[in-house]
Amino acid sequence: MIATSTRPLLQVKDLCVDYLTDRGPVRAVDRVSLEVNKGEFLGIVGESGCGKSTLLFAIARLLSAPAEISSGEVWFTGHDMVSMDEDELRHLRWRDYSVVMQSAMNALNPVMTIAEQLADAVGAHQRMPPSQLRARSKELMRLVGIDPEHLHSYPHQLSGGMRQRAMIAMALALTPDLVIMDEPTSALDVVAQRSLMLKIKQLQREFGFATIFVTHDMSLVSHFSDRLAVMYAGQVVEIGPTRDVFAAPKHPYTVGLMRSFPSISGPRQPLAGIAGSPPDLGHPPSGCRFHPRCPQVFERCSKEEPDFYTREQDLVRCFLFDR
Amino acid sequence: MTVADLPLRPREDARELLRTVDLTKHFRLGGFLSSRYLHGVDGINLSIHEDEIVALVGESGSGKSTIARLIAGVYKPTAGDVLHRGQSVKGLRSRREVLEYRGRVPMVFQDPYGSLSPVYQVSHGIMRALKLHRPDLSRRGRQDEAERLLEAVGLVPARDFLSKYPYQLSGGQRQRIGFAQALACRPELILADEPVSMLDVSVRIGVLNLMATLRRRERISFLYITHDIASARYVADRLVVMYAGHVAESGPVEDVLAHPKHPYTQLLLSAVPDPRAPISLPEKTEVQEPPRVINPGEGCRFRARCPYAIEECSRVTPLLRLLRPEHEAACHVATSDMDDRHEVAKPAHI
Repeated sequence: MIATSTRPLLQVKDLCVDYLTDRGPVRAVDRVSLEVNKGEFLGIVGESGCGKSTLLFAIARLLSAPAEISSGEVWFTGHDMVSMDEDELRHLRWRDYSVVMQSAMNALNPVMTIAEQLADAVGAHQRMPPSQLRARSKELMRLVGIDPEHLHSYPHQLSGGMRQRAMIAMALALTPDLVIMDEPTSALDVVAQRSLMLKIKQLQREFGFATIFVTHDMSLVSHFSDRLAVMYAGQVVEIGPTRDVFAAPKHPYTVGLMRSFPSISGPRQPLAGIAGSPPDLGHPPSGCRFHPRCPQVFERCSKEEPDFYTREQDLVRCFLFDR
Repeated sequence: MTVADLPLRPREDARELLRTVDLTKHFRLGGFLSSRYLHGVDGINLSIHEDEIVALVGESGSGKSTIARLIAGVYKPTAGDVLHRGQSVKGLRSRREVLEYRGRVPMVFQDPYGSLSPVYQVSHGIMRALKLHRPDLSRRGRQDEAERLLEAVGLVPARDFLSKYPYQLSGGQRQRIGFAQALACRPELILADEPVSMLDVSVRIGVLNLMATLRRRERISFLYITHDIASARYVADRLVVMYAGHVAESGPVEDVLAHPKHPYTQLLLSAVPDPRAPISLPEKTEVQEPPRVINPGEGCRFRARCPYAIEECSRVTPLLRLLRPEHEAACHVATSDMDDRHEVAKPAHI
């Protein structure tokens, strides 16, 4: 059960997640496979409803009814995550992997100080004498760039950026190997967002943890992630080194996304975005899920479902690359 | 969308549509007897011309939405005034006058999910606006106009969309309905408060393009409120950067982006994630945040975060100075690029 050094830290194979509704199961995550290596920063981008948060929750085993993993495997440091029970998971949580949620305001307990919450989380997973805990808490706050005085603050006394930093401090408390982040910056202003991203990257360099970072803002991760996965309608449609995906996007959806956000540099040019809107996952389109919106659609796209095709270091789920 | 829909310089003879004069709004914090006031906006002088898209950019809490609400008459100003074609909005007394003004200057809201009533068909909001603001139209005329409006915002076939309910529409389509409702009043200026921030990335640009098209085809001006400078650059002619209730800098979009004068604008621009920019990861991370402006004293509100702050910054509130053609910034330290007949040399160079 012990992982060898050549194996990736996290391996997800053909993972499917269904939401069980009155009208039958809705597949929110469909056969997603990906790997995260030690110390790697994997970005996952996609629009709302593409299944990116559901995927994270499945990996962290935080899904609750009506969502459930219906098939597939998740291997983390040699452990089979899918078959683990809550007791076994508790040994891994916080110590081996931790999760930073999108909304710190909702994730933090409003009636406990930051120090109490840190102690609560750490104490549940590792015995530590109070003096050591206090020292560790102060150290963590300094690491994420908050004055340790704020340990005695309640969440509402902190700004949005500071709350997210406090969340990250908690996530790093037991030096995990993997930190899973679900849009931690989406509620922040650009300046605070940039500063938090730089902080995450700096901490990552220092402690060597791997990160899965989910966002709807492709440009946000452009300078931070090592590899990038693009999700559409529950599926990964393209995955590759971040630089390659930005320099030469291959899947028509990725190409469309790249043409969807204006830039503050370069010539001002008209952009078209992507026509139509993402499909209802209860009734996904036949064949390739992107075909109704795809500018390069051809006959085969509506009949068969594309598999992954390799182009350079990228994997692309599109028939254009079946050559 | 064609290149012709992209921003164009306003016509030379474009007249001023709306002006705010030292517009100020303070909110009392706490109870009735409290003397703590949150300064939402202080002394804002802003003008919007015909055929012009002005982008109001700033972080949350900088007062940009407060300005829109003051202009729309949702809030009463603590001091200052709003002039619509030279006439004070304060002078509007009768219901007819107020209705007339609100029709000329309607608002489009941020949340397309919360701003449409789920129990009414799309036609409801548009028809109500038409009945209220266009009494000249017959029943038949209203129907035709409603269809024309939906076509104008890109919802075709219009007849089908009129009978839909909001739940049947995507976020982008709902926001287009918001614009159609605003159009129904025959507006001169639409106050668009973060109209795309809640939309998916792939449909945002469509709504921005719609604003550009409406400006060109329907001759409507926009006050586009956003925290996203890149989108402001995409549609707007002029950029107004807000910080803590003050205007920090304003000018033609391209000029402000190419020659940001205020240290805050420089900070903001350096923080925008831009995949097209070369990779550079500065080691320094800025951790400070904008202040909540409660009973502020004199002085520049950015000084605590400003790398160039001098002694004067904590004593004297900087006023907007013209530093480049049509481009002004409120900073004691920023240098002027105008011919320096009356400009004194400033200590730090920005």
